[in-house]
Amino acid sequence: MFSFIIRRIGTILLTMLCLTLVVFFLVNLEPNLKKLAISQTEMHTSAEQLESWLVNHGYRQNFFARYGQWLGVVPKQPITDPATGKTTQRFSFCNDPTVPTFSGVIEGDFGCSTKFKTTVGAKLFPALGATGILMFWVLAVMVPVSLLIGILAGMREGSRTDRVLSVASIASTATPEYVSGVIFTVVFASWLGWLNGSAASASQGITFYNFTLPVITLAIYGIGYIARMTRASMVEVMTQQYIRTARLKGLSFKSVVVKHALRNALIAPFTVIMLQFPWLLTGVVIVEVMFRYQGFGYTLVEAAGNNDIDLLLGCSLVSVFIVLITQLISDVGYAFLNPRIRVQ
Amino acid sequence: MQAQYIGASTIILEVFWRFWPVWAALFIVMGASFLYKKKLALYGQLFDSGVGMAGVFICLFWLFTAIFASTISPFDPLGQVPIMKDTLPGAIEPQSGLVYLFGGDKLARDVFSRMVYGSQIVLIIAPAATGFALMVGITLGLPAGYYGGKIDSILSFLANLVLAFPVILLFYLLVTPGIMDTPIPYALAGVFFLFPIIFFSVLFWTRYKNRPDRIYILLGLTLIIGGWIYLGLVFDRDPLHIVHIDPNQLNIFVAVVFASSPGVFRIVRGLVMDIKTRDYVAAAQTRGESPWYIMLWEILPNARGPLIVDACLRIGYTTILLGTLGYFGLGLAPESPDWGTAIKDASRLLRSFIHPALPPTIALMSFVLGLNLLADSLREQSMKD
Repeated sequence: MFSFIIRRIGTILLTMLCLTLVVFFLVNLEPNLKKLAISQTEMHTSAEQLESWLVNHGYRQNFFARYGQWLGVVPKQPITDPATGKTTQRFSFCNDPTVPTFSGVIEGDFGCSTKFKTTVGAKLFPALGATGILMFWVLAVMVPVSLLIGILAGMREGSRTDRVLSVASIASTATPEYVSGVIFTVVFASWLGWLNGSAASASQGITFYNFTLPVITLAIYGIGYIARMTRASMVEVMTQQYIRTARLKGLSFKSVVVKHALRNALIAPFTVIMLQFPWLLTGVVIVEVMFRYQGFGYTLVEAAGNNDIDLLLGCSLVSVFIVLITQLISDVGYAFLNPRIRVQ
Repeated sequence: MQAQYIGASTIILEVFWRFWPVWAALFIVMGASFLYKKKLALYGQLFDSGVGMAGVFICLFWLFTAIFASTISPFDPLGQVPIMKDTLPGAIEPQSGLVYLFGGDKLARDVFSRMVYGSQIVLIIAPAATGFALMVGITLGLPAGYYGGKIDSILSFLANLVLAFPVILLFYLLVTPGIMDTPIPYALAGVFFLFPIIFFSVLFWTRYKNRPDRIYILLGLTLIIGGWIYLGLVFDRDPLHIVHIDPNQLNIFVAVVFASSPGVFRIVRGLVMDIKTRDYVAAAQTRGESPWYIMLWEILPNARGPLIVDACLRIGYTTILLGTLGYFGLGLAPESPDWGTAIKDASRLLRSFIHPALPPTIALMSFVLGLNLLADSLREQSMKD
């Protein structure tokens, strides 16, 4: 078990290395660098000035040297004025070093956000905190509701309840966030006026009024999927021999479901809930942009839209880490919950 | 000048009437399918359940809407009539006397016509991209599952690499205007579009290599048709100027195929690992059949059930992805009538006008719902066998 986890962590690190290299390559394509230089200099700058800005800020160094600097295995170079030989900071708003130092991701320095004029850490971690709050409420709504729907539907396969709930969950999986978000806003914000169609004020304080719409919009897509998986698992458990034995012993249907079936039926949904995180990540981006909530997704869109290289790399690192770590937790947790499974 | 309006019930009747070619086509196809359902194998069995019929109905509805779009929609989806800006549903356009059935949007275009034309974009790109993703996934998943070992490790690592990317980040990196200046989309297209040609060539070669009368015709047809489409799509050099795709559409297409083929790969690999332990595979191995013959003619046909179900779900998923792209304004032209772009435009103005937002959202939702219902009922039917 221990060696399994070690090996998996090794794979995770390798995957993260490969992916950041790919992202690094894509954000450093010539058109993207041009876009960055244009957005960072004054309007109407000539091509030579753009080029000199790129050279001055170290964007024309060797590709692998720059990747190494970002990673922290190659020392970060300050800007050296060729005439005087004096060194200055690359970006003054980030406390960049004036002497060559190792300062990359490995050392805990995520770099410098050119869009927000601050360090990536100062921008990214508060945003992650904000998204964490959103995620907490989404899971707090999504997991109980979907498990309940799945269990009620799977309890008696083919019953009217089952058919109604199954179609409802199929409908909810057919509703992506940008569709449900619009429909909920129209119904609850425009027609009824019960809720706020924007969560911009949620960064000051979360209220039922401004936070409900983003939470249910994000939860609704996952509910259908998890409910269907729970239903399938429940249906399978209900056909097992030990359920029949429990019924034949004369136990009531309710106590069979609660005491015998439930525990075994909830193993599979655990994996599904964990693997739902990557999709939630995409949903977070859509919902945060739609409801103007200043979290991780909003930061990612801003970073990508302005080709903010270090911030975008930081965002990809975080999201890839979340995806892989939840996969690991789901594998290990599954083996832990189900003694019949042993990981090699 | 104030626009004239028609009443709510007239709008509903008018919308219903506008779709007449769709109703006619639906009546013929559904009727014929229902009458001959006994002879139509899996497709016919769909008509045994209400869910299956609903799924077929919705999917065919949008298919026919896309086909008859020019007959159904009263206006040009890009045409602007300044007087109709932000008009509510049922406003009469003074010049032609026709009605803006679902009102006008902020650029004074007819919301109804845009919804109808939007179906064309979705129904061309989503199934085609899913088809290519299936080809890529199958061609790579078969050897990975069948041989195992090193090929499997490498391909699985690559697939996991792509799957570890959040889709939205992938799109932001792959579908930007800047990337069109680099050879990356064309290189990816060049690789992906090669897979169908390889797939069909190997498919025919393994089966008919000892029958010269068939093999040359089939291989020749594959290479000529495949090469022709390949030239048109990747290099835009179709000698007959029939096959053509806009560079930004190619970019979207490639990104969608790239994002969804690892999923197909995983499913195919899992299915192959399961099926290769069956007796008929062992029998084929003992007969001395080549590995690719076994993969393509013994294993693949027996994996078709789950693959068809997955393809249905995947078309729906691709539709959602296309909507996401439109919603973030990536790739598609800003005036394009596709549903995602329409939702994006309308959702910014929800506070003042809600009518431009509802038709595209309901259209997208109903189409994906139809595909999901179809997949669900296909799964149930194939489980019965």
